[in-house]
Amino acid sequence: MADGFISRGFAGKGRETGARSARIPPGQHEVKDFPVLSAGPTPRVNLDRWSFSLEGLVRQPVKWSWAEFQGLPAQDFLCDIHCVTKWSKLDTRWRGVSVDTLLEHVELDPKAKFVTAFTIEGYTTNMPLEDIVNGRAFVAYEYAGKPLEPAHGGPIRLVVPKLYLWKSAKWVTGLRFMEQDRSGFWESAGYNNHGDPWKEERYTGD
Amino acid sequence: MATPIAWQIASVAAIRPETPGVKTIALKLPQWMRHRAGQHYDVRLTAPDGYQAQRSYSIASAPESEGKVELTVERVADGEVSGYLHEVLMQGDLVEVRGPIGGYFVWDAVQGGPLLLIAGGSGVVPLMAMLRHRAAAGSQAPARLLYSARGAEDLIYKDELDRLAADGWGLQVFYTLTRSQPPGWSGYARRIDAAMLREVAGPLGPSPMVFICGPTLMVEAAASGLLAAGIAEDRIKTERFGPSGS
Repeated sequence: MADGFISRGFAGKGRETGARSARIPPGQHEVKDFPVLSAGPTPRVNLDRWSFSLEGLVRQPVKWSWAEFQGLPAQDFLCDIHCVTKWSKLDTRWRGVSVDTLLEHVELDPKAKFVTAFTIEGYTTNMPLEDIVNGRAFVAYEYAGKPLEPAHGGPIRLVVPKLYLWKSAKWVTGLRFMEQDRSGFWESAGYNNHGDPWKEERYTGD
Repeated sequence: MATPIAWQIASVAAIRPETPGVKTIALKLPQWMRHRAGQHYDVRLTAPDGYQAQRSYSIASAPESEGKVELTVERVADGEVSGYLHEVLMQGDLVEVRGPIGGYFVWDAVQGGPLLLIAGGSGVVPLMAMLRHRAAAGSQAPARLLYSARGAEDLIYKDELDRLAADGWGLQVFYTLTRSQPPGWSGYARRIDAAMLREVAGPLGPSPMVFICGPTLMVEAAASGLLAAGIAEDRIKTERFGPSGS
């Protein structure tokens, strides 16, 4: 076991101190820029054909066009984000629609326990329903007061601050509600099924 | 529930400078596991008071090198972990690692080709693992590497790449130097663009397997150039790193 191991000559000069350090999960470090990570090319999204849907275990699926989505009540969100590649960014500012607001438009089947977020380019990611309700997640189209850039998931992405950032699907086009959990893209490729940064659930089996 | 990938204490078998800002660290692992070319290891440093820092580094060596793994590390300005690995770590030291990790940006020789690899800077590291694996596995899958760096002194693995390309087994290597070129330079001398991508990718036909790794802007340029050249999105795998990537 690795318990008690100390790296010879390592003092840790980059550590945060004080209140900020309490907001950095284990194994993470704070960055000031906003790195870009995605598995493939950045897609070009045609807003005329874009839609966002809620489907699966709902009584009546719902689908919004871009214009309709812009008409939904929006809110400002301030949160810390944590990427599994070890960086964290504090106090990120977003504007978008709370998942709670979206869910007011459907009647969820009580059997629904899990969600798959799906995207324009076929990426999927899964999470427990409870991780995206009660103010825990939103669908964002502005970052730091400007329209969300394509490389960061623009025109619109999911943001689930309490989980590692791969759960915050870029270019999201909908949520599917399910009774059984179903591993998404990274969750099928060695990454943890849940992804809580505070429990350091990075990889399969963590 | 799957078993976690456990932390283990590796010993540093050798440290080799590659370029002025890049070193390769060869580790001997007590619990070696065969990796797939393109995967990475996590490195964790622990201070005497318990403070820890972690980063991910791509594996440079072929999966065929049993019991050992080589990580190539670029020194990042003010990098807490890369600075330690470059300036403090010595042969014979112990270092805590876990891996191999990642199941998407990977290539196995059994998948065949043609293979189009595009690297920017130290983004060449996981692609080098693929080329070393290709050679070790005796694969003759057609393969082309387009490798962009600032200057000739920044090219990692250049001698070995030239050797691999000269062995007649179907690998071709193309370099582009974006900032400065030595006298008599015959490679490309500009940032990766659509014309360059057409010249390099064209002979591989309409649907090579593409792996692109490098800084964000370079990856975006290469990926969109290949899309414009008609290569399908689902053939293109990318790995990006920004200033904060290491």
